[in-house]
Amino acid sequence: MLEIKNLVAGIPGRTIVDGLSLTVKPGEVAAIMGPNGSGKSTLSYVLAGRGDYEVTSGEATLDGDDILGLDPEERAAKGLFLAFQYPVEIPGVATMTFLKAAMNAQRKTRGEPELSAPDFLRRVREAAKSLSVDPEMLKRPLNVGFSGGEKKRMEILQMALLEPRCAILDETDSGLDIDALRVVSAGVNALRGKDRAFLVITHYQRLLDHVRPDTVHVMSKGRIVTSGGPELALELEKNGYRDHVDAA
Amino acid sequence: MSTPPEALAAAFARLPAHPVRTAGFARFAQTGAPDRRVEAWHYSDLAAVFDAQAAPVGAPGPAALDRALALLAALPRFADAARLVLVDGHFVASLSDAAPAGATLTPFDDALARTDAAGLFAPDGLGVGDAMVGYNSAFMQGGFLAEVAAGGTATIHVAHLATGAAGACVSRLAFRLGDGAGLDLVETFDGDRTQRHAASAFALEPRARASRVAFHAEAEGTVCVETVLADLAADSEFADFGFVADRAFTRRQPFVRQRGPRAKIALGGLSLLGGRAHADATLVVEHDSTHGESREFFRHVVADEATGVYQGKVIVKPGAQKTDGSMKSNAVLLSDGASMENKPELEIFADDVVCGHGATCGALDEAELFYLRARGIPRAVAEALMLEGFAAEALDRIAFAPARGEADRRLAAWLAARAA
Ligand SMILES: Nc1ncnc2c1ncn2[C@@H]1O[C@H](COP(=O)(O)OP(=O)(O)OP(=O)(O)O)[C@@H](O)[C@H]1O
Ligand SMILES: [Mg+2]
Repeated sequence: MLEIKNLVAGIPGRTIVDGLSLTVKPGEVAAIMGPNGSGKSTLSYVLAGRGDYEVTSGEATLDGDDILGLDPEERAAKGLFLAFQYPVEIPGVATMTFLKAAMNAQRKTRGEPELSAPDFLRRVREAAKSLSVDPEMLKRPLNVGFSGGEKKRMEILQMALLEPRCAILDETDSGLDIDALRVVSAGVNALRGKDRAFLVITHYQRLLDHVRPDTVHVMSKGRIVTSGGPELALELEKNGYRDHVDAA
Repeated sequence: MSTPPEALAAAFARLPAHPVRTAGFARFAQTGAPDRRVEAWHYSDLAAVFDAQAAPVGAPGPAALDRALALLAALPRFADAARLVLVDGHFVASLSDAAPAGATLTPFDDALARTDAAGLFAPDGLGVGDAMVGYNSAFMQGGFLAEVAAGGTATIHVAHLATGAAGACVSRLAFRLGDGAGLDLVETFDGDRTQRHAASAFALEPRARASRVAFHAEAEGTVCVETVLADLAADSEFADFGFVADRAFTRRQPFVRQRGPRAKIALGGLSLLGGRAHADATLVVEHDSTHGESREFFRHVVADEATGVYQGKVIVKPGAQKTDGSMKSNAVLLSDGASMENKPELEIFADDVVCGHGATCGALDEAELFYLRARGIPRAVAEALMLEGFAAEALDRIAFAPARGEADRRLAAWLAARAA
């Protein structure tokens, strides 16, 4: 599904993702762990198409099609979704207006008609309920004044509404309280399926207790240095990154 | 700067003599149309676009009236506001509704013949220093005086139509509001390419309240100078909002004076500019009494090669204690060729006041745009969403609901045309 080969990317004058290769198969949940500053968020931004990063070499494909040459909205239309580590506050754009625009943009690329207002409201209400998102939040400007945990829940709410093919979750667990972690994990698990892949970036085993990964990768200095199964995450939790990072 | 050419001097000589005209012409004759050397016109070089050969257009003939009818058909109604029509600067009763309920209408010439005319058409000497206020006083061709008696209320729409006749459309409206009177006024500016000079003067007695919204949808290439003169007695309130969405050269200039205590002034504007549009909002607010309040809130969205200008001068005179003033001007630039000049100024000569100002100017935030696009929203739609929010905050200053509705429609249309 998602295939990254020898990806080199960064900002002018500095390489951050440095020859990274990774394959995530349909149905797979792959976890990426790694020290602060190893380039995890940069990788997720580069895959989503953020303009301030430059790709110098390598490739990334989704379902066999190159995505690096596409605009962010085209990548989203192909089914890529990024839950941001730091969701952006957008004053002046109402949350509901935004959700409607996002859902209708996606339906347009699929050749489906726009959602009717009642249909749209019903879907948002259902998703909000299952993720314990306070409906009052939906009346505010997008992410403005949301707490850290509320912002993360909004990201998962958007994922639930957009039903992406491949979702990258960048530290969605950080900032969540214990109950919220459970709710958000349930939301992710509900979307798991044989046609969908997840790339879960996290620092903590506790998320992986709820969302069981199929594979675990360690990222250091812009590349994957070790890969293994769920047991690798447990080992990291116990011993830290030292053994793996030194091997890089 | 240039002296008025023969053509204008001759046109002036043909007009019936009147002290207001004479004083206005004397002021205009000192400098002619201002260029960049005049500080208040520094960012709008009127001399470069002013047609000094354009004598005021005469009263409309049958062809102009036909064209006006077609233009009128495309205009919205503002709830039950009485619609009064000016064609090429001349009030045309036959195209207008009956006199608005709650207001007394006096024809322009009759009003000018009144002994109190000077105070009505040029209240308290507001704007006397400005050459184009002088020009307007010298050459005003038509308009009317509308009076709302004490305690009364009126709702009026004035449609300014330009039919493409050669010359300049020069008009002046005067509004007098009695004690506690209320007025909701909308002025629309539409039609064919022209040189337009429109002014509206307001004399507010104690406790009177006037709101005004001006909609500019001028033809490309039109030069429009719109002056607002407002004189506020104690406890009165005056609100003016300018909505500009066209590709003309527009100068809006409110001159507002707080003459009595506790009066409130709210000036606002939204300009949506594309092509080579030039829109300038330059205002002077004078607090000349105590406990006054002024709010200026202007937003410009500037695309293509267009230019936005905001110059706000708030003067707090000696003794105008407890003045509460706040001025904001924000602009979004949508292209490299777009430009914005922001010049907020406070001149404070009293010590017990609270006044502040803020001005910002920049592109849409790329991080915000990326977030929206990462959800599949195309760039143009994402921009429209952000601009809508930006513009709506300005439109929130429009209190008269039918005008707000029309502003929302025009904003949506502008955004849709841009995203298409
Ligand atoms: N736009 C940028 N400009 C300058 N430096 C950047 C930029 N983006 C990333 N970096 C740098 O690249 C490195 C990798 O950052 P990145 O955010 O990808 O790390 P991370 O693995 O996500 O870290 P964390 O676990 O703390 O979230 C850091 O040193 C960061 O400062
Ligand atoms: Mg990160």
